[in-house]
Amino acid sequence: MTALEACALSKRYHSICALSDCSLMIPPGSVTALVGPNGAGKTTLLHLAVGLRRPTAGSIRVLDGLVPGSPGALRGVGFVAQEAPLYRKLSVAGMLHVARNLNPVWDGAYAVGRIDQLGIPLNAMVGALPGGHQAQLALTIALAKRPRLLLLDEPLAGLDPLARHEFLGVLMAAVAADGMSVIFSSHVLAELERICDHLVLLSRGRVQLAGPVDAVLAGHQVLTGPSDRVTSLPATMAPIRIAQSDAQAHLLVRTRNGREPIPAGFVVQPAVLEELVLAYLSEPYATALPGPEPASSFGPTR
Amino acid sequence: MVIDKRQAASGPVAFRLDHGSGLPTYLQLVQQVEHALRLGLLGPGDQLPTVKEMVESLAINPNTVMKAYRELEHRGLAAGRPGQGTFIKAKLQRVSDAQQAALAQRLAAWMRDAAATGLDDLSITAMFDAVLRARHEYQDGVSA
Repeated sequence: MTALEACALSKRYHSICALSDCSLMIPPGSVTALVGPNGAGKTTLLHLAVGLRRPTAGSIRVLDGLVPGSPGALRGVGFVAQEAPLYRKLSVAGMLHVARNLNPVWDGAYAVGRIDQLGIPLNAMVGALPGGHQAQLALTIALAKRPRLLLLDEPLAGLDPLARHEFLGVLMAAVAADGMSVIFSSHVLAELERICDHLVLLSRGRVQLAGPVDAVLAGHQVLTGPSDRVTSLPATMAPIRIAQSDAQAHLLVRTRNGREPIPAGFVVQPAVLEELVLAYLSEPYATALPGPEPASSFGPTR
Repeated sequence: MVIDKRQAASGPVAFRLDHGSGLPTYLQLVQQVEHALRLGLLGPGDQLPTVKEMVESLAINPNTVMKAYRELEHRGLAAGRPGQGTFIKAKLQRVSDAQQAALAQRLAAWMRDAAATGLDDLSITAMFDAVLRARHEYQDGVSA
């Protein structure tokens, strides 16, 4: 059972390599954050998963082996592109009418109920709605087609804190209600830990880190100790510098079970997701990828 | 004027999260249920909010709420009823004021000893947290 599976996936645009040799396995019912700097390949990966683009090499499948863009995949996959793609010159009711006619499955009662609950007037022009309401309308339309996999490209960009909270609340309620899988790209690190249970970190077109958040956190620790002893740390720890002065260094290191002996002079603390992501982003060539785990051991863990 | 666009919680407890506390989200939920039990706001038979209600109002991952409810079941305080939800099953033993005062007194004595060795407030707090965490890890290890 997989929501998304990529195998040696590559995508080139002329001479530019947007994705190269990405292998991923995302289990159903999970909420996955796709993180990485601009140009890392997040949007390309989402477009390949929806079928808007075709891979140059390798393969990508959604919802247990469906080819993106095939009729089955189109029915089961919802997608909200960057900046809430809507017909801005239509009224909200008109937009819902269009969406109903474009989708084979359409839960109109859900859509209207949701819009009503959010206090969005049905006769308002879409283009005149505040950004938060436009984002909510795009999400509502995507959810009303009852997808089994929902892909969101930068859904939180430009939303104020309250709009972000409401957007994520609606999204999480949909996940709780029918076990939908969600994959969303985001720059908003602070929200990740509360929202996602899986993490995919992309850097320069490659998968830098991927797995269940619990496993990722359990596989890392923060060591603090004297700078001159950093080089004596075992290579298996693959230390990444978080901060360092002449005397003292904070390092993100890998751990197998958190019970390895701590090198003399160092103090150990648990890893925090935001700090971990930042550390990896700042060292794009560091990789903690032991290869994708088999599907059997890759289920939701929390 | 207070504008509250959010819906009122359906149950007797309203939950809030402190994202800077360092305490895992699911444990914050567990603690707030326990706190409501101690205050008598919750009692046996009361229903906790559904997972969907919780995640919608708090904007958190559904697994986190399920983990909190599992923990409450594990502690014998709540029980899930298939198709209905999670319900409070037991009262929490109240710690009497006298017991609390006695415990606080012993902690104050320990802090005096710690301060006498030269530890400052931050170091004392760090030590308290470390011992508490080690205790939880030991308990987790025993129960796992």
